[in-house]
This record gives sequence, structure tokens and C-alpha cells, in this order.
Amino acid sequence: MFLINTKRIIVSGYRNFIRSGFISISSVLIMTVTLFVITSLIFVQAALNSSLNDIKEKVDVTVYFVSDTEVSAIENIEEALKNLPEVRDITYTSQDQALVEFKERHSNDYLTLQALDELDENPLGASLNIKAKDPSQYESISKYFESDDALSRGALTVIDKIDYHQNKIVIDRLTSIINGAKKLGFAVSLILVLISILITFNTIRLIIYMSREEINVMKLVGAGSKYIRGPFIVSGIFVGVVSSLVTIILFIPVSIWLGNQITDFVGINLYSYYKSNFLQLFIIMLGSGVAIGSISSVFAIHRYLQK
Amino acid sequence: MIYFNNVTKKYRESVSLEDVSITITQGEFVAIVGHSGAGKTTLTKLILAEESPTEGTVFFESTDIHKLSKKDLTNFRRKVGVVFQDFRLLSNKTVYENIAFAMEAVEKSEEDIFQDVPHVLELVDLTSKSFYFPHQLSGGEKQRLAIARAIITQPDLIIADEPTGNLDPINTNEVMNLLKKINDLGTTIILTTHNKTVLDQIKKRVITLENGRVIRDDKEGKYML
Repeated sequence: MFLINTKRIIVSGYRNFIRSGFISISSVLIMTVTLFVITSLIFVQAALNSSLNDIKEKVDVTVYFVSDTEVSAIENIEEALKNLPEVRDITYTSQDQALVEFKERHSNDYLTLQALDELDENPLGASLNIKAKDPSQYESISKYFESDDALSRGALTVIDKIDYHQNKIVIDRLTSIINGAKKLGFAVSLILVLISILITFNTIRLIIYMSREEINVMKLVGAGSKYIRGPFIVSGIFVGVVSSLVTIILFIPVSIWLGNQITDFVGINLYSYYKSNFLQLFIIMLGSGVAIGSISSVFAIHRYLQK
Repeated sequence: MIYFNNVTKKYRESVSLEDVSITITQGEFVAIVGHSGAGKTTLTKLILAEESPTEGTVFFESTDIHKLSKKDLTNFRRKVGVVFQDFRLLSNKTVYENIAFAMEAVEKSEEDIFQDVPHVLELVDLTSKSFYFPHQLSGGEKQRLAIARAIITQPDLIIADEPTGNLDPINTNEVMNLLKKINDLGTTIILTTHNKTVLDQIKKRVITLENGRVIRDDKEGKYML
């Protein structure tokens, strides 16, 4: 009997969904908007994360050495830095490399190049470019050079300057902007998602409100609560499924367009992001659609089933 | 079968039924008549437990209808078929499905449904319209469908609340004949109406309500208002 009842409920829910025509279409539309908002927020988070990573990548500390420092002394310091837990990556730039890069950078600046040629020796020092695992760790890395450990290696005598202190303000500000953007993004997402869920819930509630007479008739005919509730939940699930299909298809042209328009700006191609996370995104949409549709129906019909 | 014991029903200040005591026995065909607002519909709503009495009790056999749990109430309603003036069909279901729904609701098997529904459709002469939706039917057809739905589960009691109120004389005749036929097969019928010709035709018990009170109860009644 349970199986037959389940089958009857599903068939009846499906028929209700199909035969309600315009009403079903409008609830699918509303639900699609909700799913669209949810997916957009996932996209925004992805774009935000990728541009944050980009920014983080651009933050670094460079240690410049005086021009006649022994290579071995630099290697010592590099070795010591590598042992610091905060350090992710160190790039060594030799004196000669620095000169080549300098010349490249100023290839249009004839005066500077001429001045450089006037000098007998290379005025540029070697440098170590240090990347931390997290932007907040640059402070402790730069402090390392003031510590006793570094002094004992004779670091202080060979270091010309550390550009962290010049970058400090910028780095601090970036770190706080990054964190702020994340928090704000999360709060805004949450509010938007809540609003759209509320709208969907109310739409479904209105639809069930319109059916209250029929619910009454079903009760009078002797149908039990479960048997009345079931088809409405099934209809709600159908709304969720159809809406998630519509949304997933809608996002194909949207993500292609976004990929063409803003890849440079956010540092991620949203179309390739969409393709590589397709299944995951679809499951999220389907899951939220079905959950919102069925839960709204359960809540909306509850009041009509009390006696 | 049905016992009203000193039932009073008030909606806020206005009294809809006052101190009504009626006994209806198995197999009876009872017509309840009265002007609009006399309390006819309230009476039927009390039997179906759509409303609760302000005072007094309503019994179906030995159970107080208004003290039933939700589950027992569902079971009780399965013993009662209802026909309304405004038909109250399920608009999203076809003629066939409307009747099948009543059977599904009481958990009848697929075979029973497959067997009984065409039978009842034939009885109410709607076989050719099985796959029509309610909005495609005429008033008389809708009411015949509503009756078919009410009798398909073979209830002990059928409540027909002004079933002919929206019908022309020919359709009224058909519906009344149908109800009479059902009564002849042993089903108790409670009919509310204010159609004089209907009553004069059927020659059954008539209870007359006025301002919520029973003013007449005639064995083979006539319309006396």
C-alpha cells in the first residue's frame, strides 16, 4: 500500500504541476531568480577569491644588499630565511641580473642609460625577493632581520635596505580591504539569499492558499493529511528541478559573456570556472531548488491541514 | 444514526442554530428546508465537523463527532459522502480522476478503482466525458460528477447541501432521481434545499428550520414556508 500511495502521490503531484500551467511557470520563474542569485554569489565569491589571490601574489618583501656583498653571505641569509615557517618562496636576483632588468625597464630612457654607462662598475646590488604564505606574515619576516639570529650571521652589515617598511602601509591596507571585502561579501550574500528564499516561500504559500478550497474538499472526501500534503510537496520538488535546469542552462551564455568581458579584471575566466565546476554547481542548484520547493510547501500547507 | 442533542451554534453574537435536537435513522431520506440563513448549511457543517457546536453534542452512532482525533475524523469522513451546491470538484483533475481520487483517499486498490469508477460513471451517465476537466462540463454534469464522487466509496451517509441550487429544472430532476435511487439502495441521505417542487416530488421526511430553530418535522412533508 505504501508503494501504491507513493506512486499515486508522485503522479498526482506531477499532474498538478503540469496542469497548473501558468501558475507553475510563474513559480518556476521566481525559483529560477532565487537559484540565479545563489549561483551568482558563488561566482562572485570565486571571482573575489581569485582577485584576492592575485593581489596577495603581488605583495612581497625585497631585501637589497650592498653592491660588493659576497655571494656566500647572501646564500647564508637565503638559507636561514628558507627555514622560517612563514616563508613560501625566495627568488635570488644577482647583481648582473639586476643590471639587465634595470636596463630593460629603462630602455626608453636614454639619459639614465647614458648615466649608467658613465660608471665603471655595476651600482646595483643583489637582492632576495621573499614571498610569505600569508600577507599578514610580512611583518614578522621583516622583523627577523632585526633579531639577534640575523645579526650573528652578519646580515646587518651587508643589507642595503628592506623595502617592507615602504610597502607596509600599502600591505596593511590591502590586508584589511581583503578581509573587509570578504566579510561584506558574505553578509550581502546571506541577505540576498534570505530575501530570495522568502520571496519563493511566499509565492508557494500563495499558490497553496489558492488551493485551500480544494484541500478542504480532499479532507471532506476522506483523504488523510499525508495524502493531501504529498502531491503539493512533489509539485514543489518539480518546481525546484525545473528551475535548476533552467538556471544551469541560463548560466552557459552568462558565463561565456562574463568570461569574455571581465576575465582580465577579476583574474579568472568564469566560463572555464563554470565548466570545471559544472557538476558541483548543478548539485548545489538542484539541492537548493528541491529543498526550498519542498520545505516551503510543507510549511505553507501546514495550516490548512489542522482539522 | 445521527443524533443532534440540544445543539446551539453561535458565530460571535449571531445565533445560527438554537437548541436543535434531531434524530436521523439509517436509510432515511431527510430534507432540511428553510430560508437562507435559517441554519441549514451550519447543520451540515456540524455533521462533517467542519464547525464545532457552541453547546450540545452531535453523535454519529455512538461517537461524538467533535471529540474525534484528527485521524479518527479522517476515518469518519470516509463514511460520509458530500455533495455541494457549488460542486467543489478538483479543477486540476479529470472526471475520471476526481472519482478515482475519492477511492485513492480511502486507500482502495488499483483493481477496485479500475473496476468501480467506470461503473459509477455509467450510473451518472458521464462515461463519454471521462477525460474532461470540470470546467468543460455543464452545471448538471458537474453535479452528477459530484454525486458520483460521493457514492463511489459506498458511504453510509450522503449529505447534499443544496445540490440543485445551481441547476435548471431538468437537471434538478435528474439529480433528485439519482439521489432517490441511491437512497433506495440503502444509503441515508440528508438534503438541504429551498426548492419547493423538489420536496413535493420526493415525498419524504421534511425538517423545517427558521432562525436556527426546528419549527416543523413532518413524516411525509411538504414545503410549508
